[in-house]
Amino acid sequence: MSTVSLERNLVISTEKLQETANEIRKLALRAITKANSGHPGGSLSLTDILTVLYFNLLKHDPKNPNWEERDRVIISKGHASPGIYAALSLAGYFEPEEFVNTFRQVRSKFQGHIDRLKVPGVEVSTGSLGHGLSIANGVALGLRLESKKNKVYALLSDGELQEGQIWEAVMASAHYKLGNLTAIVDRNRIQLDGWTEETMALNPLADKFKAFGWEVKEIDGHNFSEIIDSIQSGSQRDLTDKPLLILANTIKGKGVSFMEDKVAWHGVAPKPEELEAALAELTTN
Amino acid sequence: MSEKKATRVAYGEALVELGSKNSDIVVLDADLSGSTNTKKFAQKFPERFFNMGIAEQNMVSTAAGLALTGKIPFASSFAMFATGRAWEQVRNSVAHNDLNVKIAATHAGITLGEDGASHQIIEDIAIMNVIPKMSVLVPADAVEAKAMTKALVEYQGPAYIRLGRPNVPIIFDENDFEYELGKARLVKEGQDITIIAYGVMLSKAIEAAEKLETEGVKAEVINVSTIKPLDESTILQSAKKTGSIVVAEEHNRVGGVNCLIASCISNNLNSFCPMEVVAIEDRFGQSGKVDDLLEEYGLTSENIVEKAKKCIKRKVS
Repeated sequence: MSTVSLERNLVISTEKLQETANEIRKLALRAITKANSGHPGGSLSLTDILTVLYFNLLKHDPKNPNWEERDRVIISKGHASPGIYAALSLAGYFEPEEFVNTFRQVRSKFQGHIDRLKVPGVEVSTGSLGHGLSIANGVALGLRLESKKNKVYALLSDGELQEGQIWEAVMASAHYKLGNLTAIVDRNRIQLDGWTEETMALNPLADKFKAFGWEVKEIDGHNFSEIIDSIQSGSQRDLTDKPLLILANTIKGKGVSFMEDKVAWHGVAPKPEELEAALAELTTN
Repeated sequence: MSEKKATRVAYGEALVELGSKNSDIVVLDADLSGSTNTKKFAQKFPERFFNMGIAEQNMVSTAAGLALTGKIPFASSFAMFATGRAWEQVRNSVAHNDLNVKIAATHAGITLGEDGASHQIIEDIAIMNVIPKMSVLVPADAVEAKAMTKALVEYQGPAYIRLGRPNVPIIFDENDFEYELGKARLVKEGQDITIIAYGVMLSKAIEAAEKLETEGVKAEVINVSTIKPLDESTILQSAKKTGSIVVAEEHNRVGGVNCLIASCISNNLNSFCPMEVVAIEDRFGQSGKVDDLLEEYGLTSENIVEKAKKCIKRKVS
């Protein structure tokens, strides 16, 4: 089996993770600029979490994407596709340049929102917000029926927590005691129209999930050791423990100073000169 | 056709039978398991049954997740909610992902009866048909409902099966019946007119053909129980022979199967082939007893007879 063992992965240093995260951000921004379309803000806020999963903790095999024993990452925020494709390509699922050159083009595998039928490593096609947690619940139930120990990770945006379906799913994860499920919310506090708390207030999020029967850990979503520790604590639960929510406080547009915390960078492509400035920042970081 | 049974009851029994042979079958319901008849499966296989509460959107997407792990999920509720409330989940979580989820929904159409318009979906065929990759099935009786449930376990891909609440006449002989997904069935041969029906309207179509026979009109009756993919060749073959068609359906005329058949005929036949439709004329349902409702909305064998005669006249004029 060509799969990298968990133990070997753990020796990756914080410096190496940071370097990988920067490479992911650069690829994502290059692809968005080339397509002149895409979502930079939410890709960059999710990048450090993706980095820890795909380059450190996840049980997966890029050469065998359908490996039965893999952990499952259900990404509900399908619009973060540039960051996701970048992470998957660097992990070895496909060639990075193939993604950068064809992202959002007609007949490309690399659709605007992730598509499982087109891109290896994508577990489920999403894009329409609010579906992912329900799907992750189904995957967790299905794996548990087979007594499989594989972990299920649901990556959610914060804005999509405004969808009613999410709370139906939040109820169900707790009702069915899905101890094999960890949901990570990319809490970047910004949605398309503005700050989440001004558009449709979500707080207090931790209290809401606790009240629905979840275990909650709140972390800095850009601090690698906090991301690793919280995900690892999730991995040590029994199959019928409470589901775990990692509320990851993040910064939209993280890593590029002029994009950070800016509503405008939710779904707008950088101009070529802005890309140059961003790449320069990500190289010196 | 003296014995009667509801298609939802046959579905529930089939699930139990199939569930004992295939451990991949899982069933989800949204607090209606007593009505949809999935309760029988729930009692026999509690670990493979998931009551999702009154939350159909979550139910459908959860079924998609179960399918991702290789399970064969049947997600049941009333058709109003499984196809209407959860349409976008059926479209994006299930069909766009090409997942092996069966939306098996009951209480479709006005024959739901007394609960009235809020629960009587007359749009479900239209809204399921328009989703790419989706198969759409409607059994005419309990025998076909059982055979379809079995076929759906074997079929890989998203599918909708429309089931009904009331007891309906048993048309087919269980010992001599096979259902093949995508094949329409010639129920009665004739050469003067083709009556195409599905669901509760098939028994009405057969009754109408018998009445026409006494008046010397030989009607051909076709059961289009697979609505998608539609068996165009069987329809065209009959249309070429009879030169006129009546479509009878318990659905809104707008977006109904009649539209698909009209399109099939006009795209393929060079000769004039008039068509008449017995369907719900773009109005909501209402409370009432099943037979009274069928009468009120014109879904009767008498109406089919009348339309058939009118259609034959149009053919010769």
